[in-house]
Amino acid sequence: MEKVLEVKNLHTSFFTHVGEVKAVRGVNIDIYQGEAVGIVGESGCGKSVTSLSIMRLVPPPGKIICGEIYFKGEDLLKKSEKEMQKIRGNKISMVFQDPMTSLNPVYTVGDQLMEPLRIHKKMDAKSARRQAIELLKAVGIPDPERRLNQYPHEFSGGMRQRVMIAMALSCQPELVIADEPTTALDVTIQAQILELLKQLKAEFNMSIMLITHDLGIVADLCSRVIVMYAGIIVEEGTTREIFYNPKHPYTWGLLKSIPRINILSKERLIPIDGQPPDLLKPPQGCPFMPRCRYAMRICKEQCPGLYSVSESHKAACWLLDPRAPAVTWDREGVNFG
Amino acid sequence: MGRYIIHRLVSMALTLFFIITITFFLMHAIPGGPFTREKPLPEAIIKALNEKYHLDDPVWKQYLDYWKDILRGDLGPSFQLTNRTVNELIGLGFPITARLGIVAIVFTILVGVPLGILSALRQGKWQDYTTMFIATLGVTIPSFVLATVLIYFFGVVLKIFPTTSGRLTRPIEYVLPVIALSGYSLSFIARLVRSSMLDVIKQDYIRTARAKGLSEFKVIYKHALKNAIIPVITYLGPLAAGLLTGSFVIEKLFSIPGMGGYFVNSVGNRDYTMIMGSTIFYSVILVVMNFIVDIIYVMVDPRIKLMGTKEG
Repeated sequence: MEKVLEVKNLHTSFFTHVGEVKAVRGVNIDIYQGEAVGIVGESGCGKSVTSLSIMRLVPPPGKIICGEIYFKGEDLLKKSEKEMQKIRGNKISMVFQDPMTSLNPVYTVGDQLMEPLRIHKKMDAKSARRQAIELLKAVGIPDPERRLNQYPHEFSGGMRQRVMIAMALSCQPELVIADEPTTALDVTIQAQILELLKQLKAEFNMSIMLITHDLGIVADLCSRVIVMYAGIIVEEGTTREIFYNPKHPYTWGLLKSIPRINILSKERLIPIDGQPPDLLKPPQGCPFMPRCRYAMRICKEQCPGLYSVSESHKAACWLLDPRAPAVTWDREGVNFG
Repeated sequence: MGRYIIHRLVSMALTLFFIITITFFLMHAIPGGPFTREKPLPEAIIKALNEKYHLDDPVWKQYLDYWKDILRGDLGPSFQLTNRTVNELIGLGFPITARLGIVAIVFTILVGVPLGILSALRQGKWQDYTTMFIATLGVTIPSFVLATVLIYFFGVVLKIFPTTSGRLTRPIEYVLPVIALSGYSLSFIARLVRSSMLDVIKQDYIRTARAKGLSEFKVIYKHALKNAIIPVITYLGPLAAGLLTGSFVIEKLFSIPGMGGYFVNSVGNRDYTMIMGSTIFYSVILVVMNFIVDIIYVMVDPRIKLMGTKEG
């Protein structure tokens, strides 16, 4: 399978007036054609900054410090702004979190939907309009001819997100980055949007990078999962591996904080106590150490590298070192063996 | 839309009715009259004058008579400049004032809006600081100070522009009064555009526009500007009315025989018909400008639903 995206050792920082906030600190991501990869982690872990870095849209005072981002073998960080404009919305497109604010309120939906078609595909107004109607149909918006002339405020949240998806798909990109596409929507609409993404992914054979803090969504859509914490990748593997055999205590925490339907037990959700570290001064050791129940002395002193669990499964935790005490995990709790 | 326009026209008429009524009675409540002089005129002459202009009638009768006149479009004779009607005087002064005003409006928008955009896009850089420094001066320095300084430097010292503009027959005569007249509004608009632009370029839909692969030019001038311009439009109504009816001070300093002089002098002279005439004239322009602005508003921002329209 062809590698669509390869991010190597990406560092992105924000130079604020109090100092350099190291939001992304050495991230490596591979995405193959036709596959959906989930990137999970709590707010502020660097997942959105990673996606904006790929698009080269990190807002100031943010800056990509170093690294390489290969899209189909070409380094995006070496491209000029003009060349990037030809890639954005055309080869790589994005669906953003909040559909209520992501569409321009003073232009019609049709106008905004036709824009990428006109600039990338050089379509004339008439064929762009025809294509836009087809796109709205494809994302399940009824009465597209009429809807095209309406303004965003005449659409509901779910409908607007469909428009955003239609816009992202308009030029048949090879990679769609969906940054929390369902977070702002209610649960039934979430399911519809996910179903839509799944169906469109199969139809167009495109790759999806799905950014979310909701593991449930990942399980539904993605074949691989990357768990990020404090600007680094702490665990990655196939969805199966992450859900059934997680190795990092942070992933354990994330899994335990998913509500489960279980009539017999009245168990409470278990939050992960504490706060992520301040990325103005990233800790020398493992960033999760202060919140980790299994922390050892080495965790404070040195940040662990990625240990391979299987060919596809890696985790950055000292517990995987042969010298560490054995700690295993199952859905009900952690067993010290 | 049609219903909205009718609704607005009715409320505009009502507004004008109240302005006319209140001004009329306030004006008559001020002590003194058009023929009061430091050296009093002989009793008999005042009596004759009052009779001629019906000032000896009770105020309510004068009020009703006045309405009869203005409904015919007649603003009456001037009490000070005998042999001239108010209509004539406005017809004489307004074209000059309006010419200056229109040039000032165009100048204000064409310079103020781009300066605001530049300042927002270069936030924290020298372009921003320079523009905002000038704009802050512009809103704080009164127009008569600015006008005097301009006349002194460009007229007296450098002799580039004429010190008086007269009836504005040559383009060069416009330069100094236009700058003096639009100094405040231009600076105000630059600051308004800057702050609203800074707000808009942080919005999610601007990020969406960039993510679509639009050029920076299109992102700013298509997606950001139309949103950022909305507060400016609000300010445009009173601004246009103000500039169109002119500034007494500027006209005085540049010896421009426009409307401004009539308006101010008429109050001091108790030139009743002229006070009423210029007030009505100014009010009509203001009300009409606000109406036009509201219509433009709806065309720019589709979220605004007009009261009284079918969907609203």
